[in-house]
Amino acid sequence: MILLDRVTKTYGKARNIALDRITLHVEPSEFVIVVGQSGAGKTTLLRLLTREERPSSGKIIVGGIDYDKLKDHNIPLLRRKIGVVFQDFKLLPNRNVFENIAFALEIVGVSSKEIKHTVPKVLEIVNLKGKEKRMPIELSGGERQRVAIARAIVRQPRILIADEPTGNLDPKHAWDVIKVLEKINRYGTTVLLTTHNQEIVNKLKRRVVTISNGKIIGDRANAGYKEENGS
Amino acid sequence: MLVSLNRHLLTGLRIIHSGIVNFLRNFSLAIAAIAVMVITLTIVLFSIITNAAFGNTIAQITSQVDVSVYLKDSDTTAQTNTLLSQLKSLSNVKSVQYLDKALVLKQYEAQNASNQQLLNAISQTSNPLPATILIKPYDLNKISDIKTFLSKPNIANLQSNLPSYSGEREVAINRITHATNILREIGVVAVIAFTIVCALIIFNTIQMTIFNRRDEIQIMRLLGASKTFIRGPFIVESIIYGIVAAVLSVAIINAAFAAASNALQASSLGLLDIGYANSYFDNYFLKLLSIQLLIGVLIGVSSSYIATRRYLKFKVR
Repeated sequence: MILLDRVTKTYGKARNIALDRITLHVEPSEFVIVVGQSGAGKTTLLRLLTREERPSSGKIIVGGIDYDKLKDHNIPLLRRKIGVVFQDFKLLPNRNVFENIAFALEIVGVSSKEIKHTVPKVLEIVNLKGKEKRMPIELSGGERQRVAIARAIVRQPRILIADEPTGNLDPKHAWDVIKVLEKINRYGTTVLLTTHNQEIVNKLKRRVVTISNGKIIGDRANAGYKEENGS
Repeated sequence: MLVSLNRHLLTGLRIIHSGIVNFLRNFSLAIAAIAVMVITLTIVLFSIITNAAFGNTIAQITSQVDVSVYLKDSDTTAQTNTLLSQLKSLSNVKSVQYLDKALVLKQYEAQNASNQQLLNAISQTSNPLPATILIKPYDLNKISDIKTFLSKPNIANLQSNLPSYSGEREVAINRITHATNILREIGVVAVIAFTIVCALIIFNTIQMTIFNRRDEIQIMRLLGASKTFIRGPFIVESIIYGIVAAVLSVAIINAAFAAASNALQASSLGLLDIGYANSYFDNYFLKLLSIQLLIGVLIGVSSSYIATRRYLKFKVR
């Protein structure tokens, strides 16, 4: 589903290395946690996948799309196939909860009738029923993040990328968000989650890919972070 | 085919809908843009109307200018008729009026009704005044055509005196022509200059409005929205600005002229004929409104199109 082959990303003239020959293969319906400290390269990795950035070298294929052959004007089409959840939510401030989620469907030309049918179902999955009319500013951090998740999954993408979705949340809300991600994964969506929250890693018992200084230094199935470090 | 057409229609309707919703929700930001547009469009409309009023003043002055050709008493009717039709065939001649001796005398008497002695003296003689042809030109600048024609030997032969424009009136005619040309040019340059300045100011204002919402554009891009889908609502919003501003500017000018003619109780301010400006505004109301709408919408669309462009480049580093 996701294939990175010796992907390197450097920045600026000094060629500071953000990612160094990363090779990663994620199967369909897999739940992969990418861990690493701030600045390790997690976010760069995700930005490459959403084509906000281009690798300096190496090959990326996601959901059958070869990024080398992807023209700039087709980037919107790629982004419609991937659901993305951002650490800072990125909700549209002038739209209410319903409209924020509906926006993802409007982009791809879904009929209004279908939108009215689909959005409440997604709101139910993320436990936000009854808050359709709230504006983002009226919601708690956890609620906002769940709106962002609802928006990411409403198009039923085969891949969901979540960049530190729990980074700004307290433990209770963080766990709510993780449970939603697990639920979506059970429906068959491939989930790529970055986090540096050890507790979540330990509880989830999923495949963990560890990145440090732009390199993959560990890749273990059903692993906990502590086990990964041998402690 | 039908499905894709429906989808385009749906997308179009959604763009218009979110444009309107954005306009209502961002009303405080919109006020600044609309205010600038109203001021500038009002200036443009005022320039258009004053230009028309000046044009009217010029036309009135021009219509009072004519060339008088004095005929000899010996000219036959046939000769006179030939001259009349020759004059009519000149391209710069607007109208030709023949006044026979009796009519000229009557006009002369009417003009000097207060001078009884003069009237008495005239009545003692047989009518000394010549039959006269009055020529009105279309364009004062090209009056030399008529002059050349009248000074041809065979035509000059028919005249008892030199045509009257060659006297002191020629200087007046030349002065008026010169002045009106300058006024017209100033008017046109002013309208163009104001429109350009307006466009720049409005462009800046709309660009600031969009700059304030660049995060929103970024989010939409990350969600995979197409350029049209992101830009469309901004353009619709600016079209609304343009419409609102155009209507307001027309309303302001309307109120201003009504107030001016009431308060000043005068039909003109120097060369600016307020009475004419008022009637011009009434007569061409729809045309002026459409011009304002067109300018407002055009500036709105172009500036929002350009302003969104820099945030919409799908340039990947």
